[in-house]
Amino acid sequence: MQPDSLTFIFLNAFVINNFVLAMFLGLCPFLGVSGKIKTAANMGLAVVFVMLVSSSSAYGINLLLAKFNLEFLRLICYIAVIASAVQLVEMAIKKFSPALFRALGIFLPLITTNCAILGLALFQTNREYNFPQSLAFSVGAGAGFTLALVLMAGLREKLELADVPDVVTSAALALTLGGLLSLAFMGFAGLGG
Amino acid sequence: MKDPRIPDPLSWSVFTQGIWRDNPVFVMLLGLCPLLAVTNTAMNALAMGLATTFVLVCSGTLVSLLQRVIPKQVRIAAYIIIIATFVTIVDYAIQAISLDLHKALGAFIQLIVVNCVILGRAEAYASKNPVVNAIVNAFGMGVGFTLALLSLGIVREIIGSGSLFGIDLFGAQFQPWAVFVLPPGGFFVLAFWLFVFSLMRKRKETRAKQEEVARAA
Repeated sequence: MQPDSLTFIFLNAFVINNFVLAMFLGLCPFLGVSGKIKTAANMGLAVVFVMLVSSSSAYGINLLLAKFNLEFLRLICYIAVIASAVQLVEMAIKKFSPALFRALGIFLPLITTNCAILGLALFQTNREYNFPQSLAFSVGAGAGFTLALVLMAGLREKLELADVPDVVTSAALALTLGGLLSLAFMGFAGLGG
Repeated sequence: MKDPRIPDPLSWSVFTQGIWRDNPVFVMLLGLCPLLAVTNTAMNALAMGLATTFVLVCSGTLVSLLQRVIPKQVRIAAYIIIIATFVTIVDYAIQAISLDLHKALGAFIQLIVVNCVILGRAEAYASKNPVVNAIVNAFGMGVGFTLALLSLGIVREIIGSGSLFGIDLFGAQFQPWAVFVLPPGGFFVLAFWLFVFSLMRKRKETRAKQEEVARAA
């Protein structure tokens, strides 16, 4: 596969260099909202939406800033765009599904400080993706994030019933699971050819 | 631990709080993304820790100075802009000092903006306390974060590449356990440290309980 083809960019962000398990972006929701499969999937969807919005806005902003030689303002502009996109999603979820709004709790506004989203915007700028490539990248990254979150939630639902020594508190256990998932995802490394 | 010699509110505990009792990583589980991502060598861990400490102290100072000026409704946005400004400074500074280091840390320098330790400090401490306290507290938190980064970076570099700060430790016959410098190793080492600390806490609790029983008897 061509390294700049849309399929490769999508697959790369989806499984090969999974945002959560290989690049360690977005670990807070990965550990925090992975208790139930349903909540995890919904969180994933919210993140996909924010990613799409912020990735396309980041592309436009970058063009604009480059035109006026203001690249040093990039970081500040990106974070402002992401914060507004999150606000938008929050209002939409609150309106359409108050139950989901309660289930996501504090982690919904915290999408603003989810490094996966700012990371996405920064990576697409650093790698100089064009607009379709940026979109493929953000969909792949969002799908990868959702996949990791849902897998983790599935494992943790099973573990509810397991007899675990109580010194291995939830965080240490969750991180070990994360490590195992991450090991498994290393198997995708050869996929790009 | 409170030191009675220094009067409140600027006590020794303002500084040590971030290092041990409320360590941002091991106790509060904040800032995990940079923690796992850049600790494959001890050098990267140290650089990341210093950069984060700088941003913590500077943004803490400014937030504390401006606490009466910033309206309550837009405070989070204001904090993030302040933090982003200092992160941009750090980003360009590291680029000027060492381009190799900048390449090794990659986007994670800019991602300091979304490190929840910094925003958490701005919101929970710097916005409510005098400047000196804010600086001392932020510095303590920075040191605590750096120590946590180092504790991961050192373990991962020794096991994963058989060296420390780039200096070879075991000679040529050492077979490095490469998975520890790869992403899964980060998860495993952090899980191990959390396990150790939770074991220590449990021990302390049991001992305290035993002493209480002994005193009652």
